[in-house]
Amino acid sequence: MNPSKGGRIGLYAYGILILAFLYLPLISVGFASVSQARYLSFPIRQYTTQWYGQALESDTVSDLLWISLQVATIVTIISMVLGFFGALAFARYHWRFRRLYQKLILLPIFFPQSVLGLALLMWFNAVGITPTWHTAIIAHLVWIAPIATLIIAIRAYSFDPALEEAARDMGCSTWQTLREVTIPLLMPGVISAGLFSFLLSWGNFPLSLFTTGADLTLPEWLYAKMVSGYSPLVPTVGMLSVAASIVLVVVAFAVSMLTTRFKRNTTN
Amino acid sequence: MERINQRLGALSALPVVLFLAAGFLAPLIVVAAFSMMPQKVFSLANLPDFSSYAIMVKEGYWESLLVSLAMALAATLILFVICWPLAFAMAKVFGRFTLVLTIGVVMTLFVSENIRLFGWVLTLMKGGLIEGYWRTWTGQSFDGLLYNVPVIIFGLVYVYLPFMLFPLAQGISMVPDDARQAAFDLGANRWQIFREVELPLAAPGIMVGCLITFVLTAGAIAESKLLGGRAVIVISDEIERAFTYGQNWPLGSALAVTLIGVVGTLAIFGVSRIDLDAIMGRRR
Repeated sequence: MNPSKGGRIGLYAYGILILAFLYLPLISVGFASVSQARYLSFPIRQYTTQWYGQALESDTVSDLLWISLQVATIVTIISMVLGFFGALAFARYHWRFRRLYQKLILLPIFFPQSVLGLALLMWFNAVGITPTWHTAIIAHLVWIAPIATLIIAIRAYSFDPALEEAARDMGCSTWQTLREVTIPLLMPGVISAGLFSFLLSWGNFPLSLFTTGADLTLPEWLYAKMVSGYSPLVPTVGMLSVAASIVLVVVAFAVSMLTTRFKRNTTN
Repeated sequence: MERINQRLGALSALPVVLFLAAGFLAPLIVVAAFSMMPQKVFSLANLPDFSSYAIMVKEGYWESLLVSLAMALAATLILFVICWPLAFAMAKVFGRFTLVLTIGVVMTLFVSENIRLFGWVLTLMKGGLIEGYWRTWTGQSFDGLLYNVPVIIFGLVYVYLPFMLFPLAQGISMVPDDARQAAFDLGANRWQIFREVELPLAAPGIMVGCLITFVLTAGAIAESKLLGGRAVIVISDEIERAFTYGQNWPLGSALAVTLIGVVGTLAIFGVSRIDLDAIMGRRR
């Protein structure tokens, strides 16, 4: 019944092909970022790292990085908190409007993001708020907080309610149960939700486009440069933004592996 | 215990519900209200006249909506065909390789959509990665592959692949191996097993995957702008233009309400039929 050996090899090859397809454009961007020519044309004749030097020295780029970093950090913290409680209501407790609530959480994810950004712009205008990068935080959260909720909910589903009940039977208050049992058990989910939140906010473009006002995030600046003509800094800054994401993911993996090993050693 | 559950459930839902009420539902109401306003006003303190909807029909904006929906449908069907074998392999065949694939695919989601599409521009343009090397090796030149409708659909397929792949894999993992084995023992061929066993049992995952892909591709904008060079105008592009160049918020809102009406109906219909607890893996 299961695929033959040839079939299995075919499927592995297909998987690798899809991965290659997903990464091919980034390879082009990578090559473009080290091309000497001011107007890019393949094959590349002369390689240089000068654009990286220019990008790192540029004040515009460091301003963009700083704004994107602030937005992503605040979005991460708030969506971890909203998502933690949201996930308990989503998966753990059986309450009256749970089904309806689950659907409300899904709707912003099933929604065209550029339209959501415009709707928020009109809403801010109607209540008299001038858009700056602060309002972009709200826009990002409308999309990212539900995603964080879902990620933590997956963890909350596999959680044994008897553990909380035991804590309560032994005399813990609701707050103590939360602190001593629920939070530690859901922590891995909360951390991966935080990682997702940061990275999704860092790379988001359609929500930022209408909600940052005069400020610009990194993806917005890249887009503006892309449509207004080629600049050698576009691939370079793009690569820097990708590199920042990769560093964050690698650090997160390393930390999680070290903590598991540390815990195993201490229990032995 | 039951009472405590009720109270804690409502209490912990409260922050995110309040936030979504203010940040999601309220803006939608404002858009709906603006769509009824007279042309080119910037406040809601006017008498509604519904002129935007009339203009939308008269000046052919609905064509952009049809274009967007048709491209979304094409991208969804193509993605289903491309992703099914891989999703099947991830759920049933690959062992550790599933983890590698998952991480590899998720990582691309963290790179801004812009940068990835820009990468395709550099790959496909005249003098880009493909044409440039082809010219060097064969001596023949051809025009770039950009700025047409198929390349927009290609861009949609590329960007939204993860949104089809993961729900499908989740759906297929819900098909018990015993059911497939039994069908095989009773003499079903590969196609019959797919149609009679896998398709119905994996239906929740298929529905989530197709729904989310269709909804997101119908509202997509960057693909047609960056890769398509406006070979066609998609509905989100019309909406954006009405807001920026046109300075006509009511018209933009009416277009947005129409798009939301179509995809929102689909989303609500689909979401209401899905048992989230079953898909996301409740124990018991």
